[in-house]
Amino acid sequence: MVHFNYWVVIVLIMTGLYVVMAQTNLVKKVLGLNIFQVAVFILYISVGKLAGGTAPILAAGFDRYANPLPHVLILTAIVVGVATTALALALVIRIDKAYGTIDEMEIEELDKEQE
Amino acid sequence: MLFAIFSLLSAAVFVTLDAVDVAFTEAAVGAGISTILMLATLAVTRTREERAHRLKPLAWVATVFTGAVLLYGTMDYPQVGDPTAPAHQHVAPRYIQQSGEEIGIPNVVTSVLASYRGYDTLGEVTVIFTAGIGVLCLLGPVITLFGKREKD
Repeated sequence: MVHFNYWVVIVLIMTGLYVVMAQTNLVKKVLGLNIFQVAVFILYISVGKLAGGTAPILAAGFDRYANPLPHVLILTAIVVGVATTALALALVIRIDKAYGTIDEMEIEELDKEQE
Repeated sequence: MLFAIFSLLSAAVFVTLDAVDVAFTEAAVGAGISTILMLATLAVTRTREERAHRLKPLAWVATVFTGAVLLYGTMDYPQVGDPTAPAHQHVAPRYIQQSGEEIGIPNVVTSVLASYRGYDTLGEVTVIFTAGIGVLCLLGPVITLFGKREKD
């Protein structure tokens, strides 16, 4: 159980990476990127975890708190992640408007036909 | 829908790892806004899939290789929750000990986010602003022609 959190992170990273590489549907690719992202979030939060600590909110009677710095970084990363997801999905909608499909292979075929 | 459940579950994981602020944001933003964006995209675009998904051997090999390298990397990692880990030595103790007096807010995450690392948050706002402009530039014409497609 020493590195259990990290193993979960690795499995999630592998899932996300495979989805990004192997799926031809562009929405599913964005979803894979999101899975990868959440894996990195869990990695950072695991690093900040302190055995026997509580959430970093100062209160009398507690002297061990989890490391607040990774929490701050990941808070920023979550919000930025949503912004990039929104941009990626906007691009997908534009691609669908131009090609009538969001499948990578079909887009490639349409490109070849035009040449 | 599954993605929303995944987000919510990861928020629960964050709570167990003592990161309540992160869990809060993940539940609101990841499970809420991201899912709405995904569903909206699926509603606007064509989602039928004609070809069955084939297993891609090359992608598999790359994925397994990456996983193996990462697994090798974790061997040097300190144990989860180890108080002597390098991550807990540098600035975190100072934040926890001083921020109560210096900022006057009991929530350390808030004081680090808004004060010690205020410039990071300013940068974050800049990124969101840029992304918002990007989305507007990309989708501006689509919203007016909603539902109409050029190729049909």
